[in-house]
Amino acid sequence: MNLTDTAFQFFGTVVVASPAMLLAILGLSALLNRPLSEANISRLTQVAVLFTMVPGIIILALMLIVDTRYVPVELGDWVTIPEQEFHFNLKFVFDRLSIPFLLLSCVLCGVVGAFTRRYLHREEGYGRFFLYYAMFFCGMVTSSLAGTIETLFVGWEMVGLSSALLVAYFHERKNPVRNGQRVWSVYRLADAAFLIAAITMHSMTGEGDLGGLMSSGVWPEGVAAISSQQALLVGTLLLIAAAGKSALFPFSGWLPRAMEGPTPSSAIFYGALSVHLGAYLLLRVSPILEASLLLQMMVITLGLVSAGCGALMSRVQNDVKVSLAYASLTQVGIIVVEIGLGLRYLALIHIIGHACLRTMQLLRAPTLLRDYNELENAIGMRLPEGSSPWTRYLPVSLQGWFYRFGFERGFMDIALDQWVVRPFMSLFRWCDRMEHRTTDWLSRDQSRESDKIELHPESTGRAA
Amino acid sequence: MPELHFPWIEVSILVPLLGAIWIHFMGQRENLLRHAIVICAITFVLTVGELIDFVIIGAFEAHDHWLFLDWLFDRDIFVVDELSAFQLPLAALIFLVTIMSTLRTKTPRFSLKLALVSESLLLATFSCRTSWTLVALLAASTIPPYLELRQRGRCTRIYTLHMGLFVALMVSGWAWLSRVDATSSAALIPGALLTAAALLRSGIAPFHLWIADLFEKGTFGTAILFTTPLVGAYAVMRLVLPIAPSWALQSIAILSLVTAVYAGGMALVQREARRMFCYILLSQSSLVLVGLELVTPIGLTGALCLWLSVGLSLTGFGITLRSIESRISRISLADYHGLYRQMPIFSGFFLLTGLASIGFPATVGFVGMELLIEGAVDVYPLVGTMVVIAAALNGIAVLWAYFRIFTGRHNPTLIPMHARLSENVAVLILSLLILGGGLVPQPGVASRYHAAKELTRQRQGNPMTEDADHSPDHAPAHVEVSTSALPATNIVTPLANKRLASSKAKDPTQ
Repeated sequence: MNLTDTAFQFFGTVVVASPAMLLAILGLSALLNRPLSEANISRLTQVAVLFTMVPGIIILALMLIVDTRYVPVELGDWVTIPEQEFHFNLKFVFDRLSIPFLLLSCVLCGVVGAFTRRYLHREEGYGRFFLYYAMFFCGMVTSSLAGTIETLFVGWEMVGLSSALLVAYFHERKNPVRNGQRVWSVYRLADAAFLIAAITMHSMTGEGDLGGLMSSGVWPEGVAAISSQQALLVGTLLLIAAAGKSALFPFSGWLPRAMEGPTPSSAIFYGALSVHLGAYLLLRVSPILEASLLLQMMVITLGLVSAGCGALMSRVQNDVKVSLAYASLTQVGIIVVEIGLGLRYLALIHIIGHACLRTMQLLRAPTLLRDYNELENAIGMRLPEGSSPWTRYLPVSLQGWFYRFGFERGFMDIALDQWVVRPFMSLFRWCDRMEHRTTDWLSRDQSRESDKIELHPESTGRAA
Repeated sequence: MPELHFPWIEVSILVPLLGAIWIHFMGQRENLLRHAIVICAITFVLTVGELIDFVIIGAFEAHDHWLFLDWLFDRDIFVVDELSAFQLPLAALIFLVTIMSTLRTKTPRFSLKLALVSESLLLATFSCRTSWTLVALLAASTIPPYLELRQRGRCTRIYTLHMGLFVALMVSGWAWLSRVDATSSAALIPGALLTAAALLRSGIAPFHLWIADLFEKGTFGTAILFTTPLVGAYAVMRLVLPIAPSWALQSIAILSLVTAVYAGGMALVQREARRMFCYILLSQSSLVLVGLELVTPIGLTGALCLWLSVGLSLTGFGITLRSIESRISRISLADYHGLYRQMPIFSGFFLLTGLASIGFPATVGFVGMELLIEGAVDVYPLVGTMVVIAAALNGIAVLWAYFRIFTGRHNPTLIPMHARLSENVAVLILSLLILGGGLVPQPGVASRYHAAKELTRQRQGNPMTEDADHSPDHAPAHVEVSTSALPATNIVTPLANKRLASSKAKDPTQ
């Protein structure tokens, strides 16, 4: 190993280890009930972000100097069973896709971290926020740099959990918690699709290595090492995973619900990074998408439908954060179309530009409302609204329908509830009733003591 | 057979038994719980010593150096081997943390004496090779919960019916098997009886009602102690796996899989925390059985890893719920309780153990779940998919329960809700094991793979098992795949072609 390789290995390890260390410190302090002060938490977060970003920049500079476009950093096998040729390889890759995404994550996490220090000052859940935030940051770095599909899945899961917990951050209120649960449920199904895709890829190629799935070249070059039919199967699963994570159609319903979380997390997750993770996944496996024309058509269609729905829905929302969330969805939809068309660099640039812009918009949103109010108070009337050119061309009935469609958020939640959740829950409630009857019959008595328990025994103030 | 350097096995079985007698003669005293904790701690240390000694010896199996009970049992009845070496400390740990997390106010309800007897029986069971002694121990271990139900004045019909059937099937199956050649087709019917018994003890649907009933009517502690060590899986491993044909095992794997998905769905519709926990446990323990019954080395390794992780994580999950119950009584999941502020440690631990149980990355369950899914996909892709769906349903249930219990409007209480020192210690021990096992999984996986290989070798010794295609040292030449769920291309390639390049970084610059 020459000096350059050693430098790459060292800095690469620092990039990956830094967020993990932050998560470990904050996690242990929470588990041991030894809370850190706000200043210490904030300082640790800033240091971790810096120790991730600076080595990342150094690696980029070194890559430019030595003129290489691909730097693998192998941390060895996490788990291996040599006889079965089973390896869970911890491999991270620095290339033209991962480095921009890594630096974007660092910049935005750093900015939002600094913003949050003031925003949540003296909040009871300050430490909790930063713990989940550290998990998110760790997940983003892991996902961005993942060189194997399993490593990508690890990061993907961490991002999902931290997102759900942060949506439910204001957990004294029921709505954020319900919405956090909703986000988590969609994510779990998306994760299931991802995991099945990963294992299926293993079965097809014996490869977990993302590079190995592309038989030649590094991103954005590369040709899928699997057949068209196999690509269709795996690609469809990955598309479901990406749709769940990026709130594409028909999973868009969780996006406005996710705005129940604190503004900084809304900005970083649903304006910038988390919502683009699905698009990032599609970019990473874009050679697989191109192996099947039908799959490409599916990607383009999904992107178009999502962008159209997002555009309609963002225009009629009565909440600024929700409106911005749907605007994000529109852009993500367009990005997905670009990926489907094979415009990989354009999609990457679009992601970076959109993430930065949307983060700033979301962070600005709470004060913008106050500025609007001040302006309206100053002029003594509502601010004039510009009319849309569409109103001249569309019939009124259609306008009404579009308005209803947008206001009801595309009926997606209603449809999912009615066609998926309700039948599922009804079926299992029926099974539960059947079990109840059976146990009653076997006991010849009321078999369930849990039917008689109090709803809130903790509020009675007496011991159990 | 190699010998351990100390009679770890017999001493670890006798200590809780003598402890139970000691506690019986102590009567009702203030410090009874402390004595029980000390006895369980000594037992745990002994089982850890046994494991270390066994690892140092490096053999596949070993028995005690000096034997006290050789007048009572055959010399080779109690052995520690690759299959049970990790299960013994796990079982002792489950008892230790459960008793540690018992509040003193609960000792009149939760019989420490019966718990110690159960521990002794369980350790004897896990140290016992296939024999009449194992059958007797499996049967005897069903008695303590029955006695507790009787003491509490609860209806025992469901429990008695199921466990009576379990014992009857097991005894008749073993008696029949003892009279026929286990390597001939005459072993099929007794094998089926033993399989039915093992599935009944594991709570495979539709024979799962007794587990939910035990959680309803027994103390939470006893229910945890009786179910989380997964004795049913042990029965499958010892009594069924060595003799059952592959086609039979894979049929049972489907049953287990249906149970895993069914219980995952049922966990989501429960309105009380114990029942929710019971169904998550059922779902996860069924996944362990799925892996055991796939009988591929990878699948078996995954199942054995998952067994350890389920034992650890669901015990932690259970004792968290139990600690909350100890303070506020049975927990309704119909509304939010807002206990986060009063129980920050428990809330974190609840989330950690719950996520570990579903195989979240960096926890002890992750690698086991990955291996299990990998093994399942190698045999039937659809099975792998169903395993993932079951895990997803459990994941949704875990966070749902977390939100219901710890979030919502905070209610001030007159009862001290914070974790006591012994509860904190229990939480910390389990947390370290869950995270340690998740971050450094290789030693555990290597040892479990060894055990899986041995299990496969045992099966190959029996021509009835038709398992030649799953040799641990040889890749299967061809794996039959149900193509209904797949495109026409051959998805499952031979294992021999797998991952040769995955550990080697490509140099794309060339």
